[in-house]
Amino acid sequence: MSQDFRLNNVGLINRDKKISFKFNGKSYFGYKGDTLASALIANGVHLIGRSFKYHRPRGFFGAGVDEPYAIVQLYRNNETDPNVRATEQELFEGLEAKSVNCWPNVNFDIGAINNFLNKFFPAGFYYKTFMWPKSFWYKVYEPFIRKAAGFGVASIKHDKERYEHKYEYCDLLITGSGPSGLASAYAAAKNGARVILAEDKPRFGGSLLTSEVNIGNQNGKEWAEKIITELKEMPNVIVKNRSQVFGYYDHNMLVMSERVNDHLPKSKKYSPKQRLWYIRAKEVVISSGSIERPLVFGNNDTPGVVLSSAAKEYLKVYGVLVGRNPLIFTNNDSGYETAIEFKKHGIWPIVLDTRSNPDSEIIDEAKRMGINIKFSYVIIAAKGYKKVKSAEIAKISQDKKDLGKIENVNCDCICVSGFWTPTIHLASQSGNKTKFNKEIDAFVPGQSKQEETTVGSANGVFTLEETLKTSFEIGHQLSKKITKNDNKVSVPTVVEKKSTVHDKFWCVPLPEGKKYKRFLDFQNDVAVTDVELALREGYRSIEHVKRYTTLGMATDQGKTSNLNGLQLVSNIENKIVPEVGHTTFRPPYTPVTIGAIVGREIGKHSKPTRKSSMHLWHEKNNAVFVDAGVWLRPRYYKQGNETLFEASKREATNVRKNVGVCDVTTLGKIDIKGPDVAEFLNRIYTNAWLKLPVGKARYGVMLREDGIVMDDGTTTRISENHYHMTTTTAQAANVLSHLEYYLQVVWPKLNVNVVSTTEQWAGAAIAGPKSRDVLQKLFPDINVSNEGLPFMGYVEGNLFGVYARIFRISFSGELAYEVNVESNNGNFMWEKIMEIGKEFEIQPYGTEALSTLRIEMGHVAGSELDGRTIPYDNSLEGLVSKKKDFIGKRSLSRLAFVAEDRQKVVGVVPLDKKTSIPEGSHLVKDAKAKLPNPKLGHVSASCWSVEYNNPFSLAILHDGKNMIGQKLYALSPLKNQSIPVEIVSSHYVDPKGERVRS
Amino acid sequence: MLHIKCPYCGMRSQNEFAYGGDASVTRPELNKEILDSEWDSFVYLRKSLKGKHLELWHHISGCRQWFKVQRDTSTHEIFKTLKPGESI
Repeated sequence: MSQDFRLNNVGLINRDKKISFKFNGKSYFGYKGDTLASALIANGVHLIGRSFKYHRPRGFFGAGVDEPYAIVQLYRNNETDPNVRATEQELFEGLEAKSVNCWPNVNFDIGAINNFLNKFFPAGFYYKTFMWPKSFWYKVYEPFIRKAAGFGVASIKHDKERYEHKYEYCDLLITGSGPSGLASAYAAAKNGARVILAEDKPRFGGSLLTSEVNIGNQNGKEWAEKIITELKEMPNVIVKNRSQVFGYYDHNMLVMSERVNDHLPKSKKYSPKQRLWYIRAKEVVISSGSIERPLVFGNNDTPGVVLSSAAKEYLKVYGVLVGRNPLIFTNNDSGYETAIEFKKHGIWPIVLDTRSNPDSEIIDEAKRMGINIKFSYVIIAAKGYKKVKSAEIAKISQDKKDLGKIENVNCDCICVSGFWTPTIHLASQSGNKTKFNKEIDAFVPGQSKQEETTVGSANGVFTLEETLKTSFEIGHQLSKKITKNDNKVSVPTVVEKKSTVHDKFWCVPLPEGKKYKRFLDFQNDVAVTDVELALREGYRSIEHVKRYTTLGMATDQGKTSNLNGLQLVSNIENKIVPEVGHTTFRPPYTPVTIGAIVGREIGKHSKPTRKSSMHLWHEKNNAVFVDAGVWLRPRYYKQGNETLFEASKREATNVRKNVGVCDVTTLGKIDIKGPDVAEFLNRIYTNAWLKLPVGKARYGVMLREDGIVMDDGTTTRISENHYHMTTTTAQAANVLSHLEYYLQVVWPKLNVNVVSTTEQWAGAAIAGPKSRDVLQKLFPDINVSNEGLPFMGYVEGNLFGVYARIFRISFSGELAYEVNVESNNGNFMWEKIMEIGKEFEIQPYGTEALSTLRIEMGHVAGSELDGRTIPYDNSLEGLVSKKKDFIGKRSLSRLAFVAEDRQKVVGVVPLDKKTSIPEGSHLVKDAKAKLPNPKLGHVSASCWSVEYNNPFSLAILHDGKNMIGQKLYALSPLKNQSIPVEIVSSHYVDPKGERVRS
Repeated sequence: MLHIKCPYCGMRSQNEFAYGGDASVTRPELNKEILDSEWDSFVYLRKSLKGKHLELWHHISGCRQWFKVQRDTSTHEIFKTLKPGESI
C-alpha cells in the first residue's frame, strides 16, 4: 500500500517503524512519530467528521492544539476516550478511531440535511425553536437535541487505567519549549534556578522545528536539540513533554496534565495513563506561542482548507502533503514560508496575497523560486463538498470593498494565513489585564497580577532575534531575583529572513447574489450571518453574543475563532476591538480527562478506611461491617443464615438477659490536661463541672453558640489536672476543632491543652446484668461492687499485665463498663473478655443491636442530635445549668426555643404492635388530609424493642410534652405506608434508670 | 489553591487548612448581660465584604493552631497572617 501524500526523506518520523491502525473500520498504516492526523492525511483521508450543527463534512484545520474539527472517538486497550484531537493523538500499533457526530457514517450522514435546512438553524435556534409547547421539552425536544448535538461518547465502563497526582515546587515554570521557552529556561537554569519546562507536544522546539532560521551557526532545530539535551542533564531542571499546563490558579498554582502513556498501545506496568501536576511556581514564564488566524471566506470549512502553518508542519515534521495542488491565501508573509516549502519539494503552489505590493526578503525568495504570486487577490469561496476541488478567486480593490471578475482555479487544498494570535489564555487566567496591540490586531498580556511574565510570540513578538534576546534576559532576571546568582549566558547570533507588515483585511465580502456560508467558529458552526443576526437582535456584550451564538465555546475555547469574532462585532458596531473586549478565558485550556482530575482518589482510595485493633477478630467471627464515617464497624455478627433483623435481635436480647461486648474504639477521645480544665469544661458543657472529683465520669452536652446541640459524651477526671473526654464517632474532629478554637482564640488565658487520642485507645463496652461478673474475673484485684465502683465511677486496672482504664458508663441502659487499653493491646483485651465471658454466655454485639438498646432506653444519638435540636428537644434540659454561663446559653432564651409547644423527643408505638415504622416518616393527625398534610414531627430512629417484642421508634414531635397518649399516623410516602401509632414516653424501658445503677 | 503562611509552620497549601470565619467578631464576655440584638449580631450577622477581610483559619492538617489571615476576598491576595493574639 503506498502513501500518495507522503514525501521521501523529509520529516522527523521513523520510517523504519511502520504502524498499522484503523479509522472508521478501515485499515491504514503510518510511521512511528506520526499523529493520527498526519497518518490519515498521508493516506489521503481528509473527511474526518461532521460538524456540530449543520453536519457539514469536516477535515483537518490545524496540526496540534489549535485543531477545531478533527475530534475522534479513540479506542485503546479495550477502553474508549471521547473528544480526542486527531492532531494530538500519537499513532500507536493497533490504534482505532471513529468519527463522531455522524449517523449512519461519515460519508453518508443523515444529519447533513440540517445543512440544507439552515434557514431553520439560525443563531440562538435552541432558544427560539424549542420554546413551544412547553410540554414538548422533556419528551421531544431535549432527547432530540441530546442525540443530535454533542461530540464523543463517554465510556460507561469502570476505567481500569491508573491516574496520578503529583505536587511540585519550583522557582520558574516555563510553559512551552519554543525558542522563547528554551531561551528563558536555559538562562534561568544556568543561573541556578529550579526550573520546570513543560511542552505540550511530544517533540521539543516549537516553531524551531518548522522554521528556516539559524541560531549560533546551527539551524534552529539543531540548536533546540542541543539546549534540550543540556537542560535534561541539569539536576535543577525538570523537562516534560506531552504535558499541557492548562490552568493558572491562585497564588501561582498551575496545573499540568501529562499524557504519560497515551501514545502507547497500553500503559506500561506501574505507570499511570496520565498524571496531573500541581505546580507551585515562584515565577511563571508563559512561552505558549501563538496560533495562526484563519481568513474568512465562503465555505471556508470545506475539508482541505487548512492553516498555512499546519500545512508547513505536516510537511516538515511528518513529510506529509496536505495537497499536491495547493492554493495559499494570505494577508502576511507567513503564507510564503509554506509556499516555499511546497516548492522545495516539487509542488507548485499559487499564492493569493490580499496586499497590493508587499516587499520583504521572504517574498523576494518566493519570487526568485518562480512561485506564482497574485497580489490583491482573494478567495471568494471554496468549491467541493467532501474535499476542496477548486476555488472562486477574484481581484479585490484597494479599499477591499469591490471584487473583480470571478475566476475558477483548480486546487486540492487551500492554506490560509490571517496572521497570528498570541496564546494569552494562561496569562488571562492568572488575572493579567490584557491589552489590545494594534500592530498585530490581537490582545497581548498587559499588567501582571501574579508572578507571571509572557515572552516570545505569546507576547506579540514575532521576530526570532527579539524573542531570543528578551527571553534570555527574562530568564536571567527572574532567576537572579530568586537565586541571587548573576551568571549570564551570552545570546547567540540569529539569522532569519525579515518579513513585512501584514494586511488588516480578514473577511472576504460576498459577491452580489451569493450566499456562501462564511465560518468564524469551525467547531460550533458559527458563521458571519449568525453573529450579524445576534447583533441585529440586540445582543451587544461580547459575553452575550458568545452564549447566544456559541462562538468560542466547547473544547475549542475560541483558539482560532476568537479574534475574528471580535473583529466582526467591532466592525458592525463601529467600534474598535479593545472596546468590544474579549470573553473571559477560563481553565482548562484544553480538555482534561475526568480520570486525571480524580487521580487515585477512587473507590476505597477516595477516603481513608479506619479499622479498630479488633478488626481481624470481627472479620474472623463473621461480622458484617457498616461505614461509620471513615470507620468500619461491625453491624452484626452473623450466625448461620441469620438476617440482620434476627441477628441484632439475638445480640440485643443477650445484652438485656446476660452480657454482651461491643467494640467502641471508634468513639472520639480527647486527652485534656492543665490546671484550668475544670473551668474550661464548665464553659464548654451545659452542666456543672467544677466539682467533679478525681475518679469520676460525668455525662455532658455541648452546644454551638446558636443553642443547637453539637455533641454529647462523657468526660472523666483521671487525676487532678488530667481529663479524658469522649465524643460521638461522627463529631470527633469537629469537637476537637471547637475546643481548640475556644482555647486558642477566645480564652487564650486558660491553661489547658487538648490532643486527640482516639487512635491511642481501644475500647470495649461490656454491658448486661452479668457484666459485673465478667469484670470481676478480668480484674480480680479490683473491688467492682456497686459501692467499690459505682455508676459513673472510674478506676485503673491491670488486665493480665496490661494497663487498662475502666469506666462505669452505659449507652445501652444496662449495668455496663467500658474498658480501654492502649490500641496495640486491643485484640488481647477483646480475646480475654470473650474467653472469660464464655461462662456468662457473653456475645459480641454490633451497631444494630447497640441502636436497638439505646432507642428503647430513649437515649438520644446522632439521629436526634441532628444539628436542628436544642437540649429541651432531646429531654436534656435537666443538664442545662441555670447558674453558670456556657457556650450557647444566651441563645436558649430565644422565643422559639422557650415556646410552650416546643418540639420534644417522644416514643412511638404502632397500634397493631407489629408494623415497623420507617425512619423519616412524618407524624400527622389525619392520614387522609389533603396535601400538603401538616407535619407534627418526624420519626428519627426505629427499632424492634427486645424488651417488649414490638416495634418502637423515637420521634421529634411538636408539643411533644403534651402529646403522650395521643393517637397519630406515621406516614411514609416513600414506602407508601400509613401506620396508626400511639405516642408514649421516649423512655420505653427502665424509665427510672435503675439498671445502670444496680 | 491558596498558599497560606501559617505563623507557626510557614508557607503551606490551602488543603492543609480549614476556614474559620470572620476574625473581627469578638465573643461577648461570659456572664455579661447583653441585649438580644447584640447576641444576635454576634451569632448570626456577618458582613460579606468585598476587599480586605480579616478572617480565621485553622491549620487542621498541620500544627492545629488557629490564626488570623488578612485576605482580599475578591483577589485572594493575602496581605498578612497573624497569631490569634496579635493585631494588625
